[in-house]
Amino acid sequence: MPGKVITITSGKGGVGKTTATANLGAALAQSGYKVVCIDADIGLRNLDVVLGLENRIVYDLVDVVEGRCRVRQAMIRDKRLPELYLIPAAQTRDKSAVSPSDMVRLCDDLRGEYDYILIDSPAGIERGFRNAIAPADVVMVITNPEVSAVRDADRIIGLIEAEEKGPALLVINRIKPNMIKRGDMLSPDDVLELLAIELVGLIPEDEGVVTSTNRGLPVVLDGRSKAGQAFRNISRRLLGEKVPFLDIEEEGGLFGRLTRRIRSGGD
Amino acid sequence: MKLFDQLLGREPKSAQTAKERVKLMLVHDRTDLSPKTLEKLKDELIGVISRHIEIDVNAVRIEMTQEGRQQRLIADIPLRPALRRRAG
Repeated sequence: MPGKVITITSGKGGVGKTTATANLGAALAQSGYKVVCIDADIGLRNLDVVLGLENRIVYDLVDVVEGRCRVRQAMIRDKRLPELYLIPAAQTRDKSAVSPSDMVRLCDDLRGEYDYILIDSPAGIERGFRNAIAPADVVMVITNPEVSAVRDADRIIGLIEAEEKGPALLVINRIKPNMIKRGDMLSPDDVLELLAIELVGLIPEDEGVVTSTNRGLPVVLDGRSKAGQAFRNISRRLLGEKVPFLDIEEEGGLFGRLTRRIRSGGD
Repeated sequence: MKLFDQLLGREPKSAQTAKERVKLMLVHDRTDLSPKTLEKLKDELIGVISRHIEIDVNAVRIEMTQEGRQQRLIADIPLRPALRRRAG
């Protein structure tokens, strides 16, 4: 079976695309699949740092596209997960160095040998985003439960549909159950109702993500991390398993539903 | 909801406000239709329909609704009662 290309995008920057790409890649590799992560954020590369591979870069995505090296030469093999590879972005070039058809060609080349090709999209809706979704079989949209992130997610979902790459899958990141309980954060139900696409992951805010990123270790390698567990669950859902969602909704859920009912009664 | 909150002397929760704000933003983002354009569309619609049938101009309502990711423009255009039409 040819490999599947999954693009991780968001519209807004800083919502957790790179962390999600690194962790889904690591989780799929942990499950025994051959995975390549491609950093498509040319000029602002970060996936190498999150994976702790920044000191091993020789060639990058632009070198591959411009024919200065073979694809295999640009691929960095992860130390801990031998089935996980990274193709880093170029740091000194810009997005125009790569075209959507370059990305399609590259991914078609990788599909034969790898099970999953994950593409970390840059923020925004321009060339870099188009490069990232051009070869995608599945597009995953990451958002946070806050107004600007949800608005941008909706915009990007519309563009994905217009490019006939939909329906996109939704991941809600940085969920704070206590704030939801207090009525001070959009709940997963709220975000789902607004965006109206299929949910594939709920990730709680977790300090472990910061500490593991400090060390260049994907948080899925930490068996005790809640966010790590949430990322593992997403990878299992991508593999076709039915995995119940973590308790985040439940913690805010009953209370949230109850107050909603009382409130609508007072309407 | 507002009445209930007022009775208890408190403001709506910030998440509720956020949800209502985003809902409005998305309606306009998705259709690229500003409230001003919507108002203009309403006036033109009234003009066209009035040429063929008498309508209650002040009661015309035009709004966007959404069902999933599908947007819908709903126009509610009450006709003048037949009696008044004859009398008029």
